[in-house]
Amino acid sequence: MSLAYCRATAHHVARSLQRSGISSSTSSPFCKAARQNIQFAAISGSRTLSASVTYPDESMEHSYEQRRLPVTQFTEDEEMIRDAARHWANEELRPLVRDMDNEGKTRPEVIQGLFDHGFMGMEIPEEYGGSGMNFTSACLVVEELSRVDPSVSILVDIHNTLTNNAVRFWGSEELKKKWLPRLASDAVSSFALSEAGSGTDAFAMKTTATESPDGSYYTLNGEKLWISNSREAGVFLVFANVNPTLRHKGITAFMVDANTEGLHVGKAEKKLGLRASSTCPVVLDDVKVDTVDILGEVGLGYKYCINILNEGRIGIASQQIGIAKGCMDIAMPYLNDRSQFGTKLADFQGMEHQYAQIATEIHAAEIMTYNTCRMKENDIPFVKEASMAKLYSSQVAEKAASKSIEWLGGIGFTQDLLAEKFFRDCKVGSIYEGTSNIQLQTIAKRIKDEYR
Amino acid sequence: MKKILVPIKRVIDYAQKVRVDPSKGPQGVQLKNVKMSMNPFCEIAVEEAIQLKEQNKGAEVVAISVGPKQCTETIRTALAMGADRGIHVETKPDVRGDYIDLQPWAIASLLKGIVDREDAVDLVLLGKQSIDSDCGQTGPLLAGLLNAPQATFAANIERGDDGSFTVERETDTGTETIKLNASGKPAVITCDLRLNTPRYPTMPNIMKAKKKPVETISLEDMVKELGLDLDEVLTPKHEVVEVYEPPPRKEGETVGSIDELLGKLKEKGLVA
Repeated sequence: MSLAYCRATAHHVARSLQRSGISSSTSSPFCKAARQNIQFAAISGSRTLSASVTYPDESMEHSYEQRRLPVTQFTEDEEMIRDAARHWANEELRPLVRDMDNEGKTRPEVIQGLFDHGFMGMEIPEEYGGSGMNFTSACLVVEELSRVDPSVSILVDIHNTLTNNAVRFWGSEELKKKWLPRLASDAVSSFALSEAGSGTDAFAMKTTATESPDGSYYTLNGEKLWISNSREAGVFLVFANVNPTLRHKGITAFMVDANTEGLHVGKAEKKLGLRASSTCPVVLDDVKVDTVDILGEVGLGYKYCINILNEGRIGIASQQIGIAKGCMDIAMPYLNDRSQFGTKLADFQGMEHQYAQIATEIHAAEIMTYNTCRMKENDIPFVKEASMAKLYSSQVAEKAASKSIEWLGGIGFTQDLLAEKFFRDCKVGSIYEGTSNIQLQTIAKRIKDEYR
Repeated sequence: MKKILVPIKRVIDYAQKVRVDPSKGPQGVQLKNVKMSMNPFCEIAVEEAIQLKEQNKGAEVVAISVGPKQCTETIRTALAMGADRGIHVETKPDVRGDYIDLQPWAIASLLKGIVDREDAVDLVLLGKQSIDSDCGQTGPLLAGLLNAPQATFAANIERGDDGSFTVERETDTGTETIKLNASGKPAVITCDLRLNTPRYPTMPNIMKAKKKPVETISLEDMVKELGLDLDEVLTPKHEVVEVYEPPPRKEGETVGSIDELLGKLKEKGLVA
């Protein structure tokens, strides 16, 4: 019995309880409600279970037991995918991490490795050259890569969870046929939304797209800022306004080939962290884009952008968890090895309390994030939970990175270990794909609405 | 070349710390909740099979495993690496997969039957030994039962156009090169560490592996089909007398000078 089916059923079950007057919030764990309703369904014979799915000829109670897998229990494929990502990250990526950080550049062989191993077309269907994986698998890969180098995982995350998915959801068949195979095999993508005057206030963007007289193409003009992956990108998903008088309802999304005349990638920012990830201004100087390269419909770009960022932030949460675990990977062996006053550092109670606390918070962040993945896979509304996961994971990552340096002592403060890199890398977690203040607002809005 | 069979074994992951299980008396190691993986030498065998398949278009690679139902995960890994299909001979949960219940003779007997059952097998590639039992017997026993040419500890394998295999073997005194002539029987080759570096599965291959066929057949049914005797298969040929953890390393002695070192060595009769 698939996990997806189980969760969809439980949700279905909780909803029918609501309808029958038994209160059950869909955001609270469905255990109690589901247990009640299974017996309720058995007695009343109501069709709370989807009739289109066959379920085993066993007692309801036994079926119930079968469904209750923990959120951190992944399928066989997901475990294999996670193992493969971990393996590649440790064997091929780890030796290059420090140098790439110092050079401020991702090596071309790393990018090639990402494509060769299928990390770039994860959710793209097989018929377009991708692997046809689910969202959870993609997040697991991001986590495993982050555990070794968050600069590389952000490239993978933005590419898969923002660009690829936006094209899959809203692209015309023609657009999908044109771009998905390239996105899966050789073209790194950038999500070109932000500008100097519009970060959080994304809709205040000034980049314009002017329709040609014959309506066959648009001319884009403007300057995007803070664009990740831009130096390596083969294609940019650019948000531009076709009619500023309509305000945000003129925002349209365009797939722009990096080689298009008039598109220039500026000098990379010198950043505190994620230094191997290129973050550059992207100037659009009379860039002509054919109408076939419009993603979805003109004027709906603002909707696409909000929706895709709502899910992309689950990927960021995975990245942050990877960072936190990466810090533990460095600190814990050291604590188990080093002694002072004849005692292993890991055995001092003060230390025990600290790493136990951090481990607990990582576990909580993990559960939040993968639970949200499953909600998304089952078409259960997840915006609040995604905000919570991103908010909390970035907080946990920052704490873990900071603490791990303290535990490591003097050597943690040097470049001999990667702990100091994680400390620098984690800070942007509370900033990009929606600042922490914005996450708090998103959550607050939904909480107060629940109680109104 | 038409068919390559690769028997693979599910063992305790090589990076895991193995502990003796006191509840199993003097005999067993802790298997519960321990991470299990494909035997590293079996991985090398799978990799070699796939490389040979890539060189010889149209060849089929079949991964075979004998063990509990979790062996499907091991077979799935082989499929994700590039094997075409799997055969899982499923044993009951209480049958230990390591070396206590299922031993090389039983496995070799089953494999012999499966080779005949498969028909037109050109090559059987196995790991040289498993990291739990370290017996190293299954390959040679299988070759004996099949009356087939064999080469063990392969560090390099080349296939000739006439269907022969030239194998460089690792021995304690150096490398030996032998040629297995085409004989109408499948060649049996066991793989050593230097043969290749196994690939880790890519994302598309992991997803493709889901669609590859795996035949699951219970040990009892397979034994019946092959005309073997179940008791004969399940009765161990050797008995594990005791399993124990190595004694903890004793502290060494620090000496002050080379003369003192030589003195100590002479004392212990290690130096004349």
